[in-house]
Amino acid sequence: MGLKQKLHTLKEKYKGKKMAPAFNALHTFLYLPNETTHGGTHIKAADDLKRTMNTVILALVPCLIFGIFNAGYQHYAALDNTLRAAPLANFFTWDNFWLGCMTVLPLVIVSYVVGLAVEFLFAVIKGHEVEEGYLVTGMLVPLIVPVDIPLWMLAVAVIFGVVIGKEVFGGTGMNILNPALTIRAFLFFAYPTWMSGDKVWVHGAAERAQEIANGANVDAISGETILGSYAQNQEVVYSLSDMFWGFIPGSVGETSKILIILGAAILIFTKIGSWRIIFSTLIGALTMGLIFNGVVNMGWIGESSNFYGLMSVPFWQHLIIGSILFGAVYMATDPVTASQTNKGKWIYGFLIGLISILIRVFNPAYPEGVFLAILLMNVFAPTIDHYVLQGNIKKRMKRLKVKTA
Amino acid sequence: MSKDIKIKKGLDIRLKGVAEKTLSNAPRSRTFAIRPSDFHLVKPKMVVKEGGKLKAGDTVFYSKEHEAIKFVSPVSGTLTKIERGAKRVILRIVIEADTQDEYADFGTLDAGTADAEAIKNRLLEAGCWPFIQQRPYAVIADPETAPRDIFISAHATAPLAADYDFTLQGKEKELQAAVTALSKLTEGKIHVGVGKNGKSPLEGLNGVELHKVSGPHPSGNVGTLIGKIAPVNRGETVWTITPQDLVIMGELFLTGKFNAERIIALAGSSVKAPKYYKTKIGSEVSTFIYDSGLNEENVRVISGNVLSGTEISPKGYLGYYDDVVTVIPEGDDYEFFGWNKPIFNKVSASRALTFSWMQPNKKYELDTNTNGEHRAFVVTGNYEEVFPLDIYPLQTLKACMVQDLDQMEALGMYEVAPEDFALTEFICVSKQPHQQIIRNGLDIMYKEIG
Repeated sequence: MGLKQKLHTLKEKYKGKKMAPAFNALHTFLYLPNETTHGGTHIKAADDLKRTMNTVILALVPCLIFGIFNAGYQHYAALDNTLRAAPLANFFTWDNFWLGCMTVLPLVIVSYVVGLAVEFLFAVIKGHEVEEGYLVTGMLVPLIVPVDIPLWMLAVAVIFGVVIGKEVFGGTGMNILNPALTIRAFLFFAYPTWMSGDKVWVHGAAERAQEIANGANVDAISGETILGSYAQNQEVVYSLSDMFWGFIPGSVGETSKILIILGAAILIFTKIGSWRIIFSTLIGALTMGLIFNGVVNMGWIGESSNFYGLMSVPFWQHLIIGSILFGAVYMATDPVTASQTNKGKWIYGFLIGLISILIRVFNPAYPEGVFLAILLMNVFAPTIDHYVLQGNIKKRMKRLKVKTA
Repeated sequence: MSKDIKIKKGLDIRLKGVAEKTLSNAPRSRTFAIRPSDFHLVKPKMVVKEGGKLKAGDTVFYSKEHEAIKFVSPVSGTLTKIERGAKRVILRIVIEADTQDEYADFGTLDAGTADAEAIKNRLLEAGCWPFIQQRPYAVIADPETAPRDIFISAHATAPLAADYDFTLQGKEKELQAAVTALSKLTEGKIHVGVGKNGKSPLEGLNGVELHKVSGPHPSGNVGTLIGKIAPVNRGETVWTITPQDLVIMGELFLTGKFNAERIIALAGSSVKAPKYYKTKIGSEVSTFIYDSGLNEENVRVISGNVLSGTEISPKGYLGYYDDVVTVIPEGDDYEFFGWNKPIFNKVSASRALTFSWMQPNKKYELDTNTNGEHRAFVVTGNYEEVFPLDIYPLQTLKACMVQDLDQMEALGMYEVAPEDFALTEFICVSKQPHQQIIRNGLDIMYKEIG
């Protein structure tokens, strides 16, 4: 009697019991179930929700691995600035990897353990199967937080995000807001000092600042992000190629633009991510960037202005600064919270891009607006769909009128 | 005159076990059966009791709602059993066949000179009316309502479907008689869709508007034909008839007999020698399945195609409307890490480690496994890739699920039948029962509005 048979016997035993969803979640993780079609089509395509979610996770793995190295690299580079002269040579080292694992992996583990625990709990209470939505959310969360975020904070935020962002609406497929971004929004508004500024993006920066405050005679570790520098009209210390390859401080998984583009390629090729949303978001961002460049060129705004720094950034550079690319590829494309019509997706994405850059430039307190823009458009996505549907409905009405007239 | 209709959105599901184009006579079935569930929403009112004698064409029961619609016996014999289920619903009416058929004689009728009323009455009394389906609601047509147009699709694109060009060979006379008769019943046109490649017996018909159809499935669905030519508006009715049923109608006019003979395709990867059989409506499918032989024991027998056919037992009976019997392996087994390993032997509309896109012409041996569990709707935009109608499929399904009648009407429910949602159901990542959802939606509309 093999494992397959044993598990099957167990499944039959647990059938109808309270813990059945929990058991089934683990069982179906190992084995595609033996369920057959009844009524409707007798055959079904190979894809299920697990496979879909798994593809997104695969697309995220390069960002995670890079993020692990980058966590170590930023820490050591902050201590020894000469490392930055040759980032590639000093990047993929065991030291970086080890330190990265020690800081990033706990985030991944906390995110998954806490989030899945909540999911299982709700599945058992509500008596439905454990849906796979959290598999992706759990991977996204560690990639969009600062590396040094305390684990308890992350745990609290995950519980909040999963319960309020998703379960109260009925679970996977029913939520209005993107759960990963709800978690990030919770962190940002509940613990703002841990989510912005120049001390959170590099491992050890905050502790070092504390030591200095206590009178230790050491160099401060500063990890100002590019957006932070721009917002304060300071000189940006990183080169464009560093920004593109990702050798810069930032949230764990969002720094490497090339790997995000790779992820986008995977999502678009596998037909899992919507290319419409990805491209329209980028077009929206470029449009807003061009508008601001125009404002600067027209001389409507002086160098003394608070907004001059970010407004004068060449429009295309907005795409490699901050998290707009990560947001466009992995966040805006969440099918549940995005517009669900193809036409709507163009509008939805375009507005996300537009508003992202708008907030980025005009919000002095917090120089990154991508997550706010996406959450805002999550709320408006049903409205967009409503008007797209009205177009179809009107066409049908018109056809009827022509007939009867 | 022919107008070309080209479909881009869709998906051809290529399966192993295409019926070879040779025709055999199936052994005569000992018993025949009529399943009232084949006639959606019809409440049968029995005319003949158990033990009663029937000729082929004699009324067995009629519809409680429209008493004029009669359902007749496909063979002559003795009604041996009325099988009932819960609440005494009739599941199956079994007729033990005589060795030789004796036909009820309705008399010939020249379709060219007869008037509409005579034609209608003949179709009703001789049991040919149930072959006429109507939209909206995808039910048997209401005899009191004249249709705006009549649509016939003679281009079968469903997986393993019987090829009309083969099964209708030599039936031009019957087809013409039926079409001529039907043209009296509508002020509009009779639209006929035929495959762009191939020689259809329907191409030479007079009095029809011919359309050459090409593209992937569901280009052959009559719903697609309607959608591309003239969608159904609120308050309008159109009729649809399948070509193999036209033949029976035509024969009725020409000979005065209800001849339930039908050429069916026996197909599917579990069938040893898939080919065409000449049989009758309501025969035991075992008469030809065991003639051809099966490759395996654990199989699903389907009366109809794999997308919208009915599951029957291997001892079951051919459905009233079906011209294909498909036998495929059951998929009631677990698959280790089936959800994340690369998949080469199944069809997929995505490329998520599924590789059917690399071999568009490969033929697959699909089983009945659901390949995943039922989930809430999550993925968007994938249904539209295989859905050629100008309708928003996901939103329509959701409107049906919440029974929002206004929204259902506005989104175009009058235009669709469940089979139009077969492909979206096939590719659905959340394994939602689309056809059932649409069926329930149509039923509630029929009850509340129709």
